[in-house]
Formats: sequence, C-alpha cells, structure tokens
Amino acid sequence: MNLKGQAWKYGDDIDTDVIIPARYLNTSDPSELAKHCLEDLDGEFVDKMKEGDVIVAGKNFGCGSSREHAPLAIKAAGVSCVIAESFARIFYRNSINIGLPILESVEAVEAIDEGDQIEIDVNSGEIKNLTKDEVYQAEPFPEFMQEIIESGGLIKYVAKKVNK
Amino acid sequence: MGMTMVEKILAAHAGKEKVKPGELINAQLDIVLGNDVTTPVAIHEFNKIGVDGVFDKERVVIVPDHFAPNKDINSAEQCKFIRDFAHDKEVVNYFEIGEMGIEHCLLPEQGLVVPGDVIIGADSHTCTYGALGAFATGVGSTDMAAGMATGEAWFKVPETIKFVYTGELNEWVGGKDLILYTIGDIGVDGALYKAMEFSGEVIENLSMDHRFTMSNMAIEAGGKCGLIEPDQTTIDYIEDRAQREYTLYESDEDAEYEEVIEYDVSEIEPQVAFPHLPENTKGISEVEDIKIDQAVIGSCTNGRIEDLRLAAKILEGKRKADNVRLIIFPGTQEIYKQAMNEGLIEIFIDAGAAVSTPTCGPCLGGHMGILAKGERAIATTNRNFVGRMGHPESEVYLSNPAVAAASAIKGEIVSPEEVM
Repeated sequence: MNLKGQAWKYGDDIDTDVIIPARYLNTSDPSELAKHCLEDLDGEFVDKMKEGDVIVAGKNFGCGSSREHAPLAIKAAGVSCVIAESFARIFYRNSINIGLPILESVEAVEAIDEGDQIEIDVNSGEIKNLTKDEVYQAEPFPEFMQEIIESGGLIKYVAKKVNK
Repeated sequence: MGMTMVEKILAAHAGKEKVKPGELINAQLDIVLGNDVTTPVAIHEFNKIGVDGVFDKERVVIVPDHFAPNKDINSAEQCKFIRDFAHDKEVVNYFEIGEMGIEHCLLPEQGLVVPGDVIIGADSHTCTYGALGAFATGVGSTDMAAGMATGEAWFKVPETIKFVYTGELNEWVGGKDLILYTIGDIGVDGALYKAMEFSGEVIENLSMDHRFTMSNMAIEAGGKCGLIEPDQTTIDYIEDRAQREYTLYESDEDAEYEEVIEYDVSEIEPQVAFPHLPENTKGISEVEDIKIDQAVIGSCTNGRIEDLRLAAKILEGKRKADNVRLIIFPGTQEIYKQAMNEGLIEIFIDAGAAVSTPTCGPCLGGHMGILAKGERAIATTNRNFVGRMGHPESEVYLSNPAVAAASAIKGEIVSPEEVM
C-alpha cells in the first residue's frame, strides 16, 4: 500500500480530546466526526489539509481516552497515515483495528518539516521525503498485525475465523 | 525465572503454563464492557461479524453513563440504540439510569469483576479493576465488538514496572496523590505499553477505595494496566460481592521486572496537576494564587464513599465561596444512598453544592458542569487536557477530594489545612 501527501506537523502527547472533543461524541458518523478532526489543537486543520496528507507528530500520539472516534475522525478527514515517535497503546490498537495506517519512527519525525511531500510504503515501513530527497525506515508491523491489516481490519479478520 | 501477576493471569487465560513479555497471545475474556459513547460503534462492528448473539449473556456489561441521563437528542438516540441491543441480545448486565453508576465504580461494587479476571472495556479507565488483582485494560469499540462475539482478545504480554511505596503518609495524602506524584515523576508516557504494579507497605495499608483511584490512573502514565496484589483488604471487599469464583495471583519473588521504582511517601504532600497534562504536578505548598470558578468532586477516579467522606469532613459547617460552583457526583446509586444515610449529602447541600446523579458528564466535558472560555476548575477527575471540561480555553487542575473541597471554600486552590 503506497500513500502520498503533504506533512502536517504537531508536538508530543496529542491527546484524543483534542483529536475529537467529547462535545462531538454524541454521534459516531465518521463524516460528522471528520468535520471536527483536531479542532481544539488546530482549528484550521480540516480546511487546509488535502486528501492523502500525513500527520507527523512527537511521542505518545493519541493518549487519553479509548474513543475509536479519534482514529475514525482522522481517517474520515482523508489523512492517509500518521507517523509519530510513539503512539498511546489504545490509539495504536484502534488504528490497526479500523485500518488507519500508522508508523512509528523517531528518525522520520525529526527529519520531516511541515509541508514536505511524503511517500509511504506501509508494508515495508519505508518513508520517502520527496521534498528533501531522504528515506527513513519505520519498524514494520509484527506478522500477526499484518494479518489483521491484510484482512481489512479486525472485524473482517474475526468474521473469517468465526465463519470457518 | 518466576512470573509477575500479569504474566500469570494472562498465561492462565491463554491456556499456557508460562508467558513472557513481548509474546502475542489469545486470551479468554471474563468480562467485556462498554458505555453509551463506545458501544454504539461496537454494535455496528458486531453486526458485521455475522454471529447471532454475544458470547455470554452474563459477561457483557453495558452502562450508559457518559451522556446519560440523556443530554440531547443525539445522546438519547445513542442510549436507545444500546438499550435496544442489550434487550435484543438478552444482555443481563445492562444498567439503566436510576440503577446504574459510573461504570468503574459500579462493576467492582456489583461484584461483576473479581480478582484474577481478564477484562476488556471500551473505556480507557477500565484499568481501575487492576486494584482487585485483575488484568483489566481499555480498548476501542472494534475490540469490544470482537470480544462480545468471541469472548477472546489478542494481547502482547507487557513488561511490568514495579512501584514500591514506603514510609508514612502525610496528612491529606492518599491514593490520588500517590498516583499523581508517580505520573509527575515518570511522565504521561512513562509506562507506555507496560503493566504497572503498585506495591510496598503503603499500598498494603491502603483501603480499596484509594487503591481503585491509583489503578484508575495507570492509563494516565500510558500504562496498559495497573495491578495491586490481592490481600485481606481485597478479600474483605470482594467476598460478599463476587458473582463468580475468583483467583488470587501474586508475583513470584524472582519475577522479572523491567524496572523497580521506589518512593519514600513521607516526602509527598497533596498533589495538584496543572493544565494541560496529568504529569504537570506540584506539591500543594508550591501552588499560589490560582483562583477557581468551579470545583468538581466525583468521577471514576474519586467518586467512592471514602472520597465523599473526605470532602464532607472539609465542607461540614462551611460554605463554598460565593463565586465558585461546587458540583459533587457520587459514583453509583449505592454510594449516593450510603452518603445520604451518613448525612454527607446534607453537608454538601448546606455547603452550597449541587449534588448530581452518577454520570461521567462533567469529567469529560459532556454535560452537567461545562466550563466557559477562560474558566478554571479544580477537579478530582483524571484528565486536564485542553478543552477536557469544556471550552478549549478553559483550565482543569487535578487533585484529591480534600484539596478540591478546601479550594471550593476559599475560591482558590489551597491545602485542606487552610480551612481546618
């Protein structure tokens, strides 16, 4: 799976409350959630980003609540991938489960500047910075998680198992 | 090499003799939990799997507590959706308002979660049940859906960090201060992907309510779970409540820990976490001139009877400051009733507090106590992120119930000593 877009850069400990504030959790409609993606962190994000763009952030991205609405909002807004130094564990798990590509790479986060054009090979974990003509390598997912991703998320993976 | 408590519980639920950190396992689940925000998403996913019913009608627990009593039409629709699902699938443990409580106060109280369990909940504070010596962790809605369908979930066995608390607790210092101090020390990702184990003489002498508060906030350090070895205190709490058989696990003497961190608690004073992260902690003596508009006492962190008793001890015969709104919300109907019988509710009302039915509302900026632009609250809740309790330009300071009550009286954040 190859993804391509412009980088939007944010700091450490971006929590699920700023990714999608609780005042919008009275719906689970992804297109409604998408309208408010990152609203309390960067009120202009949804207007300025384009389909396929990439969020690049520091450590502990997605900390806080277990709300799956957070990765759902990011995915539905059109973000193709989140690259961070590290992810909070529930956000990490939720992203895999709903099929939002995420990659951990300290090297990439340090090198990428906002506005850089990024191309990502999710399977190999290779991140190309087309603006700077550099390549960074993220840890690829363990085989077990690749299976979930290849099945199209946890639900399809489980459906295959229970309907065997 | 021995095993930690977490490793033993996970091994037993994966049908294995032994597991090691880093190992991926499939574990049998004892309880699968969801609330009115996370369960609707889970139901949509559950319906795609193609099973007729939930794996066990008694082991799925659904609690409408976040935006319930329904705060608006959309929330009413969400609550109706999960109520209909619970009815349709004959989910035994669905708790309607009037009989419910904040999920993490309710489940232990009702004996639905017991020592030795493996529990997933589509709510990050599911880690609360670690205080009983159970492996309990927060997950998202899709994991909840898969759990409801199969009764299983995959886990990566976590490394464990052991925290040892020794020394004598200072006055007005309890579980909330110990966990805030710990998060202040290791940071909001200090235990990322890891199990936390709270131990030492101080923990052995803590009551269950204080233990729940500590395990509750393991997630605030990034932890996967936060366990306390079950002992007589645990047994006394659980024996009349437990709805199932339970198993007491202890870590082996020669268990391997990623790290052991020791704290001398005699150096710890009541803690306040400043905006906008729970790790921004200061001792109360370093806090000056922080005026507040609202004080909030309750939540899954500090909404239990001992928390209310502590608040009442401070508020008895006193009145909140004129320019402060004081909101107190007991964790469950049982706790509410007990507080009433002990005369605590009268103390709160006489002090000028609004006493609310159990709800997560104020804690997450849902309803029942939202902050306006520029407003500031002290709260016994668990998170002080940007906009957590309302407007993105409002502020939340976290503390124990005694500090929150004292601050309500003074109109600024102060030590309980200032009002006693």
